Amino acid sequence: MKQFVFISGKGGTGKSTVVASLAKYVNNKALADVDVDAPNLHILLDHEVVEKIPFKGAKIAKIDQSKCTNCHKGYEVCRFDAISKDDIINPLKCEGCGACLLVCPENAITLHDELTGHVYQSKINEEHFTHALLAVGAEGSGKLVAEVKKKVKELVKEEDYLLIDGSPGIGCVVIASITGADACVIVTEATKSGLSDLQRVQQVADHFGIKSFVCINKYDLNIDVTKKIEEYCKNKNVSVIGKIPFEPLIVKALQQFKTPMDDDKLGHIKSEIISLWNQLIKET
Amino acid sequence: MKIAVLSGKGGTGKTTVSASLAYSLHNSQYVDCDVEEPNGNIFLKASLTEKEAVMVLNPVVNDDLCTGCGACQQACQFNAIAVINKKVMIFDNICHSCGACKIACPTGAISEVPREVGIIESNSSHTFMHGKLNLNEPLTIPVILQLRKKMNKYNHVIIDSAPGASCTVVSTIEDCDYCVLVTEPTPFGLHDLKIAIDLVKQLKLPFGVVVNKAMDSDTSIQVFCKEQNIDVLMELPYSKEIAKNYSKGILPVQYSNHYKDEFIKLLATIKERTS
Ligand code: SF4
Ligand code: SF4
Repeated sequence: MKQFVFISGKGGTGKSTVVASLAKYVNNKALADVDVDAPNLHILLDHEVVEKIPFKGAKIAKIDQSKCTNCHKGYEVCRFDAISKDDIINPLKCEGCGACLLVCPENAITLHDELTGHVYQSKINEEHFTHALLAVGAEGSGKLVAEVKKKVKELVKEEDYLLIDGSPGIGCVVIASITGADACVIVTEATKSGLSDLQRVQQVADHFGIKSFVCINKYDLNIDVTKKIEEYCKNKNVSVIGKIPFEPLIVKALQQFKTPMDDDKLGHIKSEIISLWNQLIKET
Repeated sequence: MKIAVLSGKGGTGKTTVSASLAYSLHNSQYVDCDVEEPNGNIFLKASLTEKEAVMVLNPVVNDDLCTGCGACQQACQFNAIAVINKKVMIFDNICHSCGACKIACPTGAISEVPREVGIIESNSSHTFMHGKLNLNEPLTIPVILQLRKKMNKYNHVIIDSAPGASCTVVSTIEDCDYCVLVTEPTPFGLHDLKIAIDLVKQLKLPFGVVVNKAMDSDTSIQVFCKEQNIDVLMELPYSKEIAKNYSKGILPVQYSNHYKDEFIKLLATIKERTS
C-alpha cells in the first residue's frame, strides 16, 4: 500500500479540497485526516462514524490539597509557570513533566492521564476513514496524529492507497504527519507567503527523507510567484504535479458541501486533479 | 492593550487582519507568533536589524558519574531519554526542557546545556517582531514565550497567533485583553471558528469575529454569530483585487484609505467592547 500525505506549509491553501476530490476519484483506498487541530475532510465527505475512541495523549499533575503543606517546592521547579504561588495547578499550562512530584516532600502530587482528543473510525461506503479532533487547548497533538495513523493501519488490508490529509506548519504535527509516508504532496498557493511556507516545509520533508511533490493552487493569481515556485522546485528536484487556477466557483461549491468533482461547472478543475493523481502515481 | 488575532484554521486571513490593524494604528507593535510560518514581514517589510536566539536547556550526561541506573529515563514523561546497556541516550528534539531528569538523577550526572531552537527578529524600534522556529524542530512554545517577554512596550500590541487551538495558541493568547477570530464563509471556516470560540471561552477572554472573504452566497457565519450573540466586528469582501495584492505582499490598507479607515474603526469597536 502506498501512503501519500498532503501538507501545505501554510493552512488554507486548498489541501483538504484536493484530498476530498481525490477521495471521490481514487478507488481501493483508505483515508485519514491528521489535521487534528482543525480537521475538515469529514465535512465534505459523506461518512458514518463507526467508533469514537477517547485518546489520552498527555499527562497532567494534580495536587492533593489535603496533603499539601504549601512548601512551594513544586512552584519553584515548574518551568512552565503551571503552579501558582498558592500551589494551584493550571491545567492548561501543565505539560505533565512530573518535575514537581519528584520534589514534593509530602507525595501530594500525582500525574494523571489527560484526555487530549478523540479518534473517529468512520466508513465512507465500504472504505475506511479515520479522523480525530484535538481537545481544545490540549497538548500532544503530535501523538494524536501518530495515533490516527496507527488506527487506520490496523484496519487496512488490501487497499492500494492511503491518502492522508496532513497538518499545516512545520512543527511536531507535520513531522508526525509525514513520517512513514511514501511521498508528500505540498499544496501551496501562488502568493509570497505561500512560496516562503513551501520552502520551509519542503526542507523539513527533505530532512526526513520523504519525497515531495508540489501542487500550486491559484497559480494564475501571481504568475511571477508561480514561476519562482517552479524554479525552486526545479532546483530541489521536486516535480510540480498540479496547477489549479483561481476559481471563485470552487468556494461556491464548497459552500454547498460539494467538491470540484461533483460540480458540472468545475470540469476544468476536475481534470487538473485527475492529472495530478496520474502524475503522482507515475512518479512513485 | 494586547489584541490577539487568531483563527481555528489557517489561511483565513489572520495575517491580513493583524498586519492591517498594526499598520493602521499609531504607536502599535506587531508581533508574529505564528512561529512555524511567520508571514507578517512579507507585508510589513520591516528591516530586521535585531536578532536574538531562542535557547532551550537540554540535559547532558557526565559518563564518569552516570551509573546507568535509568532513573532519568523513568522520570522523563516525553520519552526523550533512553538508557540502553547502561548508556544514556538523549533525544534533544523531543526534550521539553523540564529538568525532571536532572532532579531524578541520584548521582548528579546530569547537567543542562543551552541549544538554539529558533530566533527572534525585530526592527530597531521593536514595532515589528517575529519568532521563527528553526527547521526540523518540533516544539514551538519556547519561541512564543520569549516573544511574549518582549511585548508591551507600545499602546497597542497586535499578535498574529498560530492557527489551530492547541497548547501553542493557548500560550500565545492567554494574557491578551481581546481576541479577534478571523474566519471565512465556507463550511470549513464555520467548523473551525467554533473550535476557536471554544478555546477563547475556556480562557475566558473577550472576543469578536471578523469575516474575511465575505460573500452574499453564504451568510452562515453571520447567522451563527447572531444566534450565539457573538459580535461580528467587521467584514472584508471576497475580492480578486485583495487576493492579487496579497499574493504580491500588499495589504488592503496599503493601497486603500477606505480599508485603513475600516481598521481604525475596528480598533474603536474593540475598545468600546472592552471598556
Ligand atoms: S507536571 Fe511539570 S508542568 Fe505540570 S505542574 Fe508539575 S512541574 Fe509543572
Ligand atoms: S529535561 Fe525533561 S524532557 Fe528533557 S530529557 Fe530531561 S526529563 Fe526528559
